Amino acid sequence: MTLLDVDFEFRYSSGAGVLCQWKDPVGDPRVTVFLGASGSGKTTVLRCLAGLERPERGHIRFGDHVWFDAARRIHLPPDHRDVGVLFQDYALFPHLTVAQNVAFGARHLSRAAVAARVGELLETFRLRGLEERVPRQLSGGQQQRVALARAVFRRPKLLLLDEPLSAVDRPTGDELREELRTLIRALAIPAYIVSHDRVDALTLADRTVLVDDGRIIQSGTTADVFDHPASPAAARLVGIDTILLGRIAASEDGLATIVVAGQEIRAQAPAEVGHEAALLIRAEDVALARHDVTDSSVMNRWRARVITHAREGPFVRVALDCGFRLSSLVTREAWHRLALQPGDDAWAIVKAASIRALPRN
Amino acid sequence: MDWTAIAVTVKLAALTTLVLAVIGLPLAYWLATTRRRWRPVVDAAVAIPLLLPPTVLGFYFLMSTGPETVPGRVYARLVGGTLPFSFTGILIASVLYNLPFAVRPFASGFAAVDRRLIEAARCLGASGSRTFLTVVLPLSWPAVAAGLVLAFAHTVGEFGVVLMVGGNIPGVTRTIALAIYDDVQAFDYGAANEASAALLVFAVTVLAVTYALQRRTLAL
Repeated sequence: MTLLDVDFEFRYSSGAGVLCQWKDPVGDPRVTVFLGASGSGKTTVLRCLAGLERPERGHIRFGDHVWFDAARRIHLPPDHRDVGVLFQDYALFPHLTVAQNVAFGARHLSRAAVAARVGELLETFRLRGLEERVPRQLSGGQQQRVALARAVFRRPKLLLLDEPLSAVDRPTGDELREELRTLIRALAIPAYIVSHDRVDALTLADRTVLVDDGRIIQSGTTADVFDHPASPAAARLVGIDTILLGRIAASEDGLATIVVAGQEIRAQAPAEVGHEAALLIRAEDVALARHDVTDSSVMNRWRARVITHAREGPFVRVALDCGFRLSSLVTREAWHRLALQPGDDAWAIVKAASIRALPRN
Repeated sequence: MDWTAIAVTVKLAALTTLVLAVIGLPLAYWLATTRRRWRPVVDAAVAIPLLLPPTVLGFYFLMSTGPETVPGRVYARLVGGTLPFSFTGILIASVLYNLPFAVRPFASGFAAVDRRLIEAARCLGASGSRTFLTVVLPLSWPAVAAGLVLAFAHTVGEFGVVLMVGGNIPGVTRTIALAIYDDVQAFDYGAANEASAALLVFAVTVLAVTYALQRRTLAL
């Protein structure tokens, strides 16, 4: 398995810097998401990997290849690194057709070989019939597929994607993310994705790297990073609300039953039965009751034990243990009326419609 | 019409434009894309002829290429003859003097090309020169064409530098602008009028072409 060995420091002209250090076996198509707020330096990390920026010191090695080594004055230009890059707003060549864009990376290939490869990619990326269009005649989704097809034409060893979904609005983004997920899996090329949206990490990533203020603050499997953020900064990045990872056990009429830590959770089905799902539950959507409420419309009622509670303005944030950790935000008035104490048993109530269920891997 | 002078002028303008294309395009591309600290210095050096009287440039050219100077001696050894008062002399001076008229439109055209397209081409395995030929040039050709047209036209109308460096030798360094000057000195207003009118029509045509190209750049 190839090893990506990164240890470098990059300095902006403003004096601020990005310190990047990690070793990562790359292979058996694996997707890593660099998650960080805008300005955290995650895009700079990607640009350094691509060879578009030159770090101040350190090294970047990919298997036996030295891409960058400050001490030995080695800095391979992007065209010698064998990486495919998907740019934030795709950077398609406006003067070239879809077919010409896709074939731009062709080198030392016969006309027939180029045509065959282009045809194969247009097929994979569902772009048949658009060969002669120019980029501005394409929808956002089509542009993304052209850019991705172009990036993988030369079968790069590594795929780098810079905020692939930030250029579009949220419903379109959800659709494109789904498509991107399928394509990346189908391509079987290890991918590094830079994103500020934890939904990208939850749905696309095997591994998640958290970037904050020019530093890598945590990295590991996505489940591990989201379950156990190691610092307050990491917790802020992965979010304070509840994120659950589970498997879809059943699904009927679009409503799925997802099992997490032995509990059944009902939510809109994000994928077929047997697939992994990530569930996002906002604390303000979790209601509390002393006794089970059987005569309401609510689909999710979980027995819960109160762990801690803390005032938050007019509200109280309550940490619950339902087999998994769940965060609830209730008014102080309601909290006093319930008269619950840490250690008490209660019921957590969540409407199926307020759970955001996402497909995973 | 002084057809000999017109032939010298066209030859000078065409060769100047050609040389400017060869050295001006890479120079402009470097200026448009480099992030090196001394870029403004080179930028300023290229722009000097815009402010300098042509006679000053001509004067320094004469002083630095005379038969007693190092460049003059090297030139005599390699090529034979002297640079001042020769066609090669006015060609070199004219290239220097026209540098900003070609390089500045080139550079602004290149700078207008989205930097990410250049980066995308590099990441797709294209070398710097291939990127220039397949991405930058196709997206900025109106600006390049405008720069070449301007340089050509400006050389056709050049007076001071050619007079200082070239002397006014019929058939060698005597351009149409110098011929008009001579006609006026000799009170031959008829000939001066004819040549001047031709130059005026030429200038108006060139400006129309240039502006059309600039509109094209904006529309692209």
